Amino acid sequence: MIQTELLTRCYGLLTAVDALSLRAEPGQVLGLLGPNGAGKSTAMRMIAGFLAPTSGTALVCGHDIRKEPLKAKRALGYLPEGAPSYDEMTVREFLEFIARIRGLGADVAHRRFDEVIARLQLEEVLEQSIGTLSKGLRRRVGLAQAILHDPPVLMLDEPTDGLDPNQKQAVRSLIDAMARERTILISTHLLEEVHALCNRVAIIANGRLLADATPAELEQRSRYHGAVSFSAAGSDVSRQMLERLPQVAAVEVDPLDGRVTVFPRPGQPILDEVLALLRTQGLEVSEIQLERGRLDEVFRQITTSPNLGGRA
Amino acid sequence: MNGMLAVLRRELYSYFITPVAYVFLVIFLVLAGVLTFYAGGFYERQLADLQPFFDMHPWLYLVLVPAVAMPMWAEESKSGTLELLLTLPVSLTQAMLGKFLAAWLFIGVALVLTFPIWITVNYLGNPDNGVILAGYLGSWLMAGAYLAIGACMSAATRSQIIAFVMTAAVCFLLLLAGQPQVLDFFQEAISPRWLNAIGHLSISRHADAIARGVLDLRDLLYFVASIVGWLTAGVLLLDWKRIR
Repeated sequence: MIQTELLTRCYGLLTAVDALSLRAEPGQVLGLLGPNGAGKSTAMRMIAGFLAPTSGTALVCGHDIRKEPLKAKRALGYLPEGAPSYDEMTVREFLEFIARIRGLGADVAHRRFDEVIARLQLEEVLEQSIGTLSKGLRRRVGLAQAILHDPPVLMLDEPTDGLDPNQKQAVRSLIDAMARERTILISTHLLEEVHALCNRVAIIANGRLLADATPAELEQRSRYHGAVSFSAAGSDVSRQMLERLPQVAAVEVDPLDGRVTVFPRPGQPILDEVLALLRTQGLEVSEIQLERGRLDEVFRQITTSPNLGGRA
Repeated sequence: MNGMLAVLRRELYSYFITPVAYVFLVIFLVLAGVLTFYAGGFYERQLADLQPFFDMHPWLYLVLVPAVAMPMWAEESKSGTLELLLTLPVSLTQAMLGKFLAAWLFIGVALVLTFPIWITVNYLGNPDNGVILAGYLGSWLMAGAYLAIGACMSAATRSQIIAFVMTAAVCFLLLLAGQPQVLDFFQEAISPRWLNAIGHLSISRHADAIARGVLDLRDLLYFVASIVGWLTAGVLLLDWKRIR
C-alpha cells in the first residue's frame, strides 16, 4: 500500500508538489498522469526517500518514510526516471550488488535472480557491462533491479519512456502480470499507457492533484463520451436532419475526410436514433463507431483550465 | 552492516575494474621512490631508516588522495546513480562508511606495495622495523584524514574536478598552517595561544612525529577526529541536499 498525506515539496519559491494526498491499495495500478514538469517525478522521489518532503509525509506498507525510512525502502521496488545504473558493472554483478545491499540470503537471492533474469529475458547480456547496452535493455536491467526482492510495492517512473513498441508491450505485460497482489504506482505522460495498464488515474499538474478516477470515469467526462461518428457518402444532406434530433447537442464534420461526429446531450444515448435516421435516409454508411470518450481531450481540459496559472 | 559491506565491495570492485586504479598505483609507487631518493636524500643521510620516505607522504598524498576521493559522490550525482543508491535500504552513514573504507583500503594496498623500499633499507643496514611499522600505520591514518576531506568535498559537488581542487586546497592549507614560515608570518598579528592552536590544527605538525615513527596518542586522536569530523560533515551535506 502507498499513501501520501499532504505531501509537499518546495524548491525555493517554487512549489513542485503541493499537498498531494493519494492512496493506492494492493491489486491497483495507479497511474500518475501529468504534463512534463507537473511534479510526478518529485512526488515519486519523495516516496522513494531520495528527496525529503518540505511538509507532509508518505507511508509505504504502513512505514512512514520520515520515521522508518529503511523499512519503507525495504518494502519498495523503485525504478528511477531513466533507469540509472552503474555502467562499469556487468548485469550479473549489478544484480548481485542489489541482492547484497538488500540483504537477501544466498538461496533466496539465487532463486529470485534466476526468476527475474528469465522474466526480463536478460540471459544473453548477463556478462555484458551495462554501459554497452541499448536503452531498452538498460530499462529492463532497471526493472530487474526494482523487482529483485519481490517487493509488495512497486514504483516505476516512466517505465516505457523511449522504448520501441515491442519493448513497450513487453514491459506492460510484465507490469500486468505483477499487478495482482502488489501495489503499483507508475508515472507517465502517455495516455495509451493509462488505457493499457492502469485501473486508476491521478492527474496532476503544477504539483496539484486535479482528478483521481478510473480511466472509464475520466472518459465519461469527455464530450466525446457516447458520441457517434460515421463516414458516409453524401453526409452533407443528413447534417441538418441530425441536428434536429432532440437528443443531439451538436454535429461536426471533419473538413478533411468528411467524417461526421454527432454529440449527444449529457446522459442521452443517441446510437439508435442516429442509426434509424441513417437507414431512413438510405445513406451508404461505410463505417460507424460509438465513441467511449477521449482521454487526451479530458487530459487537456483538466490540465489547462485557466485557474491553474502559467507553468505547465 | 549488510548495506555498508555491499557498498564497500562495489566501490573496491569499481576501483580495480577501471584502469584508473592501476595508473594511480604506478604513479604513487614511482613518485614515492623518486622523491625518497632524490628529494629526501635517502643515501646521503647514511642512516638506516625510512624517515625521508615518510617525510614525503604529506606532499605525495596532497596530489594523489584527492584523485582517489573525487569520484566518491560527485560521480554518483552526475550519472544519476545517487538516486538509486539513496533509495536502496542503506543509510547515508552506512553508504559513506562503505565508500570511505573502500578508498582507504585501496590506499592501504598502495602503501603495502612500497615494500621494496623496506627491503632495501633492511638490505643496506639494520633499521628499527618497529619504528618503520609505526610509520606505515601513521601514514595510512594520515591518508585517511585526507580521504575524509575528499569524501566531504566530493559530496558537495557534481564535478569531480571541483572536488579534486577543493580537496587539494583544504589539505594544502592544513599542511601550510603548521609550517614555521607561516606561523612566523602571523606572529605579530595573533596572540601566541591562537598561533599555537593553529599549529596544532595543522597536518604537518602531526605528520612529523609519524615520520619519525612515533605514534603519540595526541597525533592518533588528531587523525581519528579529522576522519570522523569530515565524514560527518559529508553525511550532513548529503542530507542537507535531500532537503534543499
